[in-house]
Amino acid sequence: MNHQFNWAVLWEYRELLLAGLKITIQLSSISIVICTVLGIILGIMRLAKNALVRLFASAYVEFFVNTPLIIQMFFWYFALPMMLPETLRFWLWSHNYEFIASVIGLSIYTSSFIAEAVRAGIQAIDKGQREAALSTGLSGFQTMWYIILPQAVRIVIPPICNQYLNLIKNSSLAMTIAVPEITFQAQAIESYTFRGFEAFTAATLIYISLTLTVSFLMSRVERWASKGQRAVVA
Amino acid sequence: MTSHQQSYISVCPHCRQPITPSDERPSLEVVQADSAPAKPQRNGEPIISFRQVNKWFGKLHVLKDINEDIYPGEVVVIIGPSGSGKSTMLRCINRLETIQSGRLVVDGYEISNPKVNITPVRAEIGMVFQHFHLYPHKTVLENIMLAPMKVRKIPQTEAKSIALELLKKVGIPEKAEAYPAQLSGGQQQRVAIARGLAMRPKIMLFDEPTSALDPEMIKEVLDVMKALAREGMTMVVVTHEMGFAREVADRVLFMDGGSIIERGTPEHFFVNPVEERTKAFLRQIL
Ligand SMILES: Nc1ncnc2c1ncn2[C@@H]1O[C@H](COP(=O)(O)OP(=O)(O)O)[C@@H](O)[C@H]1O
Ligand SMILES: [Mg+2]
Repeated sequence: MNHQFNWAVLWEYRELLLAGLKITIQLSSISIVICTVLGIILGIMRLAKNALVRLFASAYVEFFVNTPLIIQMFFWYFALPMMLPETLRFWLWSHNYEFIASVIGLSIYTSSFIAEAVRAGIQAIDKGQREAALSTGLSGFQTMWYIILPQAVRIVIPPICNQYLNLIKNSSLAMTIAVPEITFQAQAIESYTFRGFEAFTAATLIYISLTLTVSFLMSRVERWASKGQRAVVA
Repeated sequence: MTSHQQSYISVCPHCRQPITPSDERPSLEVVQADSAPAKPQRNGEPIISFRQVNKWFGKLHVLKDINEDIYPGEVVVIIGPSGSGKSTMLRCINRLETIQSGRLVVDGYEISNPKVNITPVRAEIGMVFQHFHLYPHKTVLENIMLAPMKVRKIPQTEAKSIALELLKKVGIPEKAEAYPAQLSGGQQQRVAIARGLAMRPKIMLFDEPTSALDPEMIKEVLDVMKALAREGMTMVVVTHEMGFAREVADRVLFMDGGSIIERGTPEHFFVNPVEERTKAFLRQIL
């Protein structure tokens, strides 16, 4: 009950915290880029004319949405290399494979949620927009790129932002496959010093500042994407 | 001609029975024989040709044995009660709807053949919708410039001067930099017409272009359409504006229940229609 706080340990182990922060930022930002690209492609595939393409995309989404992320991480880290040729496997293990595996895990898992948001966003656009664009001679791809996606972006930014925040928080699971990110380092500090309260408070504050920063950036992106788009007079 | 004859034999996709032609005008020659006093352009090939066209939405038979030829420079107005298939017929012309049997040739392309790429045909056909469908995230100018730049690969400066010229033509040059949401309905529809014209199309399709407008804005849109008709644009117009039909149509088609029931000049239509259903419809609407 009369715990003596010792915040000085954080300063003492600041190198570890900073190294962890750097890894968390790298892990999250690389994964955010990949999951966004994958998510947009899969979201569009879910609405494809070709039934096989649609089926593939739905199966992907259902599979990765409905399995725990930690299992997916373990799969990429422990199981996948066993299916690869030995030379490739050793090459991966000697090249920071735990980091690569967590990027794969986070990207694929989050992309399936983003695909759902993108699909819903595209479906929310009046189908008259598509018909008008096609009727002028634009191709299906041009219609998607110039007309549908720019309007869908405004709708999907809030749910995609939520997925980015989830991704940042979920990146803490990478510690289970020995990626020295911020949670990993906080636990290390705890085990060296038994100062768990201080260490995890620091980790908490770091996560909060990361997620608040992303929220702020995304609100700016949303404002930029909405230019000119007041409700159309009926 | 033989290919036409062959395509007459069409099969209902549901019951697999041959569909017997019920149209009163089975061949091209007859079409020309009993039609309105021909405009000079009518001597050429039709630019739109429906032959025994049938369309179903699921089990709903919405177009029944449509036979119709539309010639370059003609203004054809389609009238008829709601749900009679007018929009569907119009939308088949640029394959926004696909047909299940029959032959449909537009600007020399046999678009009823699914293997025929529709995109170059669409570039030659402008379309104006009841609800405008302007792109809300683009300015008026950008709405008009997009297709010429992306489809025709016209340089931006040239596309811009085309767009400005068209805005002048539809009477709202001062709205070039506005967004669609800042315009009245009538102004939006005039921008939509300008957008359709920007591709220098051979055909303009209009699907109830004034039905969503407040009464005081209908005239400004019809005036633009009348000017276009006078310039010789080929136009197919679905509308309930009988004044427009009377004034500028070369021919009027009356549709009911998925069939063209009656066709003729505006004089024929509004003075002495033959079919009972046409008379009943005109009584209601006039
Ligand atoms: N996309 C669609 N799916 C199913 N039925 C449709 C569709 N579009 C139109 N229909 C039906 O087809 C018939 C003809 O519609 P339409 O061509 O829009 O008539 P009109 O324009 O003459 O009012 C109507 O019964 C309508 O309900
Ligand atoms: Mg209609």
